[in-house]
Amino acid sequence: MADDVTQPRIGVDEWVSSVEEKRERYRGPIGWLRRGWDSSPPAARLLVFVVPAVIFPFVTSEGNLFRYGLITLLYALLGLGLNVTVGFAGLLDLGYIAFFGIGAYTYGYVASTHANHHWPAELAIPLAIAVAGLVGFIVGFPSRRLVGDYLAIVTLFFGQAFVVFVNNADRINFWPFNHTDLTGGANGLDNIDPLNVFGWKVNTTKEYYLFTLGAFLLVMILLYFVSGSRTGRAWKALREDPLAAEVMSMPVNKLKLMAFTFGAGIAGFAGAIYGSVQTGAFPGDYDIGLLITIYAIVILGGAGSLAGVIVGALIVNGVPELLRDSNQAEWVFYTVVAILVITKVRPWQKLVTVIGGTIALGFALHAIADAWFPRWTAGEANAGRLAHWVSHWMVLPSHPTQLANWAYVLTIALILVLTLLHGWWRTIVMIPTIYVGAFAWENLLVENTVGATRFLLLGALLVVLMNARPQGLFGSARVEIV
Amino acid sequence: MNWSLFWDLTVSGLTLGSVYALVALGYSMVYGILKLLNFAHGDVYMIGAFMGWFALHWLGGPINPSAAAWLVVVLMFLFAMVACGGLGVVIERFAYRPLRNAPRIAPLISALGVSFFLQNSALLLFGASFRDYDTFHLIGAKTYNVGDVFLSVPQLLTIVSAIGLMIGLTLLVARTKIGKAMRATSFDREAASMMGIDVDRVIASTFFIGSALAGAAGVMFALVFGQIYHFMGFLAGLKGFTAAVIGGIGSLPGAMLGGLLVGLAESYATGYLPQGSTFQNLYVFALLIAIIIIRPQGLLGKPDVNKV
Repeated sequence: MADDVTQPRIGVDEWVSSVEEKRERYRGPIGWLRRGWDSSPPAARLLVFVVPAVIFPFVTSEGNLFRYGLITLLYALLGLGLNVTVGFAGLLDLGYIAFFGIGAYTYGYVASTHANHHWPAELAIPLAIAVAGLVGFIVGFPSRRLVGDYLAIVTLFFGQAFVVFVNNADRINFWPFNHTDLTGGANGLDNIDPLNVFGWKVNTTKEYYLFTLGAFLLVMILLYFVSGSRTGRAWKALREDPLAAEVMSMPVNKLKLMAFTFGAGIAGFAGAIYGSVQTGAFPGDYDIGLLITIYAIVILGGAGSLAGVIVGALIVNGVPELLRDSNQAEWVFYTVVAILVITKVRPWQKLVTVIGGTIALGFALHAIADAWFPRWTAGEANAGRLAHWVSHWMVLPSHPTQLANWAYVLTIALILVLTLLHGWWRTIVMIPTIYVGAFAWENLLVENTVGATRFLLLGALLVVLMNARPQGLFGSARVEIV
Repeated sequence: MNWSLFWDLTVSGLTLGSVYALVALGYSMVYGILKLLNFAHGDVYMIGAFMGWFALHWLGGPINPSAAAWLVVVLMFLFAMVACGGLGVVIERFAYRPLRNAPRIAPLISALGVSFFLQNSALLLFGASFRDYDTFHLIGAKTYNVGDVFLSVPQLLTIVSAIGLMIGLTLLVARTKIGKAMRATSFDREAASMMGIDVDRVIASTFFIGSALAGAAGVMFALVFGQIYHFMGFLAGLKGFTAAVIGGIGSLPGAMLGGLLVGLAESYATGYLPQGSTFQNLYVFALLIAIIIIRPQGLLGKPDVNKV
């Protein structure tokens, strides 16, 4: 089919043609930005992130700095480590959070009142990294010859075993522990010393923020060079095709173990900082909830992309925090939905169907509920500026919580369905999706953006991303050569 | 040696083992056909336990059931199995089918997402508290004994129905047309589709059967141990997977054998190893590691040959 323009021209490398095609596809201001980003030197790209990050602590309050700044940075640092294992080498490490915990516990053990050691951070942090890396090496060792799936399940089990261990390691009565209190059991380690790096006592949130920023940049720059190095390139080859890599005489097992240990070490580093920020290490902090958060960050940003980790951490940690204020949340929701629908739904017939259908559905349901089930419209709208409009359109039951929970789950299920439908079916399913989503939003999410709702969203995010855009926001799409 | 303790541990190990074996079968079937680790399988098992609970309460609850006790139990099993089977098909359709030709890591991440989605949906919809099955009220607390061996009714029920389901599955895979199609698909998907086998349908029915078995396992576990909660699927999933690996992943008799071994190992660890009741899961983990090092293809599995 020589006339088919969607097929690559004969004699042209498929990859080259796909890149050319992609370049041409970016138009307008976004295309200009995109090309600028692609062609700017890495140091300039780093500045785009560093300058706002350095200014941020001087323009915001202590609480905001902690919630938006410090936690985001810690997540991003964790994301960098996971990016080595999952993004570079393509190994699915589901015990990653355990290494984070090992870092925190190691730091806590040598720098707290628990065992009465008070090591300075310049010794304690390398120890935490080394212990986490060593444990990573030991865990990765049995899986070295096996396919990625075994590694995934062994590490998942290991993460669970770690939680069981730290919960009970204060009363093990057999060799080699014999009643040594290692972890403080279910109460965890408390009174962990603040960081004390070469005599600099890190105390306030601002100082912690700056220290973590420094640590993050250090790891980021290190990874930038590792990524382009011999080992980094070998990891990526391994990720794309382990069998081909092996045939090319790459030491596959050694590379896998290295990537695994490297990632674990970075997690240990982040753990040590986290332990001192919290002045404690508690078993509940190193559970699967955090694992999924970090995975969402790495996958959303794009596995293998360093810039993606920052953006992913900002979105995954920042957006739910922003939405805590219900007035803001309402505006954000309707604006985002409107923009998405208007930019993504083509042609105009479908757009009109979606908008008209959603509005009509709302008023119709409201009228029906008003006439027959007054209880369903007895609830109060949120006190936003949109409230007046919304209260005539949206069904607001007087005791909405349980119902809104169902609506929330239903919304996410509908969105999952949407990603797989095409044509008019998609348009039609979109109408109830938007309405049910708005229902859940009005009645539930505005007050409750933490815990189960958040994790549920992250779980669904992973599925949707894998279906719709596996390379994430910043990753490069995989080149399929058949 | 304290024989009555030994027999108690053996019976509870066999009971647990039957549950793990049923979970492991689902893992193994899906792995055999898609080479995919279905992390969400443990959560399907959890949903099964909840579906059994709902069926029980729609039928009047454990104290005042609206039908004979045996009928209630049968209906609980049926409802949980059908609901879970349907759930499995839906999961396959929306989370795994679009990724069938994607790199290996993509469906694994998707599976992780599904697992988390199910867990937190259950937390949100069913609440965080434990729910009681109240089996005593439903079935009574009668136990049977042969010498030193004591068996309660739910334990007997679990072991017998698990054996029944396994025989049924073996016959299905060995004798029926769909079983033949499953074997062909797992042997070589492309060739099977060229021979006119509707691969999509075969995979969907594999998911249906595997998930239905997990649902039955969930109800069994709840009947024996009484309490269910939203996070119960996680550990059961890990143990089921351990069982599948120990038996040889992809092999159905292996999954059954592995399940029984893991159940017995866990039970004996609780009784005989130091601080076993605290660290039983760590001992099972050690067993998994040991098997992976000594015999990575499992007891009944064939060594994996890399094909290009």
